[in-house]
Amino acid sequence: MLIALITFGLLALVIGLVLGYAAIRFRVESDPIVDQIDKLLPQTQCGQCTYPGCRPYAEAIAADEADINQCPPGGESTIQALADLLGKDPKPLNPEHGEHSEKTVVVIDEQVCIGCTLCIQACPVDAILGAAKQMHTVITSECTGCDLCIPPCPVECIHVVPVKTTARNWIWPKPDAIAAEVDTA
Amino acid sequence: MTASGDSFRRSRDVTFGNLHSFHGGLKLPGHREITANRPICNAGIPPLLSIPLQQHIGDPAECLVRPGDTVYKGQIIARAPGAFSVPVHASSSGTVIAVEERLVPHPSCIKEKCIVIETDGLDRVADEQPVAIDYLQTEPEKICELVQQAGIVGMGGAGFPTRIKLCNRKQHIELLLINAVECEPYISCDNRLMQERAAEVIEGVRIMRHGIQPDACIIAIEDNMHAAEQALRTALEAASETGITIIRVPEIYPSGGERQLIRILTGREVPGKGFPADMGIVCQNVGTATAVYHAVAKRQPLISRIVTVTGEGIVQPQNFECLLGTPVSHLVAAAGGYTSGIERLLIGGPMMGYAVPSDNIPVIKTTNCVLAVSREEMPAPPPAQPCIRCGKCTDVCPADLLPQQLYWYARSNNYDAAQDYNLFDCIECGCCAYVCPSHIPLVQYYRHAKTEIWTQEAQKKAADIARKRHESRLARLERIKQQRADRMARKKQALSGDNGSKDAKKMAIQAALDRVKQKKEQASSTPKNIDNLTAEQQRMIAEADERRRNRQPGSDN
Repeated sequence: MLIALITFGLLALVIGLVLGYAAIRFRVESDPIVDQIDKLLPQTQCGQCTYPGCRPYAEAIAADEADINQCPPGGESTIQALADLLGKDPKPLNPEHGEHSEKTVVVIDEQVCIGCTLCIQACPVDAILGAAKQMHTVITSECTGCDLCIPPCPVECIHVVPVKTTARNWIWPKPDAIAAEVDTA
Repeated sequence: MTASGDSFRRSRDVTFGNLHSFHGGLKLPGHREITANRPICNAGIPPLLSIPLQQHIGDPAECLVRPGDTVYKGQIIARAPGAFSVPVHASSSGTVIAVEERLVPHPSCIKEKCIVIETDGLDRVADEQPVAIDYLQTEPEKICELVQQAGIVGMGGAGFPTRIKLCNRKQHIELLLINAVECEPYISCDNRLMQERAAEVIEGVRIMRHGIQPDACIIAIEDNMHAAEQALRTALEAASETGITIIRVPEIYPSGGERQLIRILTGREVPGKGFPADMGIVCQNVGTATAVYHAVAKRQPLISRIVTVTGEGIVQPQNFECLLGTPVSHLVAAAGGYTSGIERLLIGGPMMGYAVPSDNIPVIKTTNCVLAVSREEMPAPPPAQPCIRCGKCTDVCPADLLPQQLYWYARSNNYDAAQDYNLFDCIECGCCAYVCPSHIPLVQYYRHAKTEIWTQEAQKKAADIARKRHESRLARLERIKQQRADRMARKKQALSGDNGSKDAKKMAIQAALDRVKQKKEQASSTPKNIDNLTAEQQRMIAEADERRRNRQPGSDN
């Protein structure tokens, strides 16, 4: 009886120590589920989900504080991917946060720009180049199309343009499956 | 020993023509005799040349000319921005009238940047022409350089920069395979090229062989191209070349596909994500060989190619040698124009080509055929019916895929599953759609799925970059905030009221006073520009001093 108590006591102590050490030694810095959710988000950093960026939104989803249908730039495909990851039911995009549209970028009308730097401060990905009282310009390849630079502009010189279709990003049209749909109907 | 013995056996195996076969394939009506028996005709210099900056796989070339510039024939008008690109040359002499977006031969009907040259009809070349060289005395590296400078890309259809294939120094090349298997119906440009310019083809092959130094070299030719084969054999004899073997390959579509041809000749399969070079094989088209000959032996860049203009919609089908940038409409006019029965215009053959909405598009480096079909010749496909799972597509697939499965997944946007079924091994030959009893446009589904996957991957990459940029921006803002807070804290500490800092304050005041004093001393020191004064200046200074002295007692009051 006594031997059993001592044995198990010691065992508990050793295992406890090992676990305690492992908890410190192998501590994970951040919640991996947040990283996984963040990977699925489009990284537009537009804030339409009401969170200040994609990662805060991912954290909120992980903490079950936000729904998975608040990301308009991601659209249906992002909602589907999030639903698959989290084992939830996909739902339509919440219209309160905006509508899904094709990716756009912004351009600055350099004739009109007064060089106030307000858009530079608003850009979440540092995609606007310029300095005080100097002409600004958008680095198109880095622009995520979040449109956050538009409201601060005092002279309304920033315009939204659709991403140009070239031979490199063109997608073959999908054949319309009118007759082929018959078998599924 | 094993490695070299193995490679020797393999290269001997292929040189003695022990042929293998690939899965599937089709026997198609050729329709080639219309053009294959007529000589190549020169299409002449069109009034306008529109030369796209991208005529190859890889990065587009960078334009070097401006509207108004005069260009010579063969002048570089756009340079390659990196290794995965090639330069573009002016096909004839004239004036650049625009650098603008124009229709290019691409299934998307979108406009791409082109250099538009108004030709002067003189075909003037620059005064300083490079000297022709003896390639056999040239370093292989030099050959690679010349090939790149001449802007040569694979002319069989894909447009892969030739230098990359030719100058792979990582892998020993066992076999240089020259693809003369023109398997797609209607097309006969390579056939005519071999019949009429066999000596140039052979010289080109010899140059490439010198550049690559393979163990064996083979020209694979279709078994129905008797005249072309005869011409090549005669040229080989004339050059007393014994190191090049000609092998006949059965006429089965798509035996001219790179992977299928390698399979036929060696029995080996090119890995899905790999390249023939990984297996020690380099495959080049005969048209490319001719271009290499012109680039190295004659120092002429790639500015023209042979194009088959054919179909029942053309009055006189024929092969044309035309300058790159020549409008298709010019070629059609040279071929007698359209017949009344024309239904559709295709670039490329009937199996892998694509329809274009207008003939106002230029010929580019990869354009091998302009096909104008009549309604009877190529009727519009009837509406697609449901898949009945007959499995015919699987039987004919030369890449050994499951077209039916790919179709399901591509149709339901299940791209991950489509990739699991090796969607990217599909060579888009069109055999599956050709035999489909339900007339399902299978290839179009695969092309859609491929481009969609590429776009998604590009978006993912862009998202990763955006995340990184956003994170580094947040880190920067945080750092600036921290620095500001530190500065404020230091200042506050300096201003707070304990004794030690009072001394510091006093010291700071003292230091400031000292600075002022020093400045004053500097100001009151004698100016440096009073040496060598004229008498007049001396007098004025004395007067000013006098005035100052008189005023001082007054100002004191």
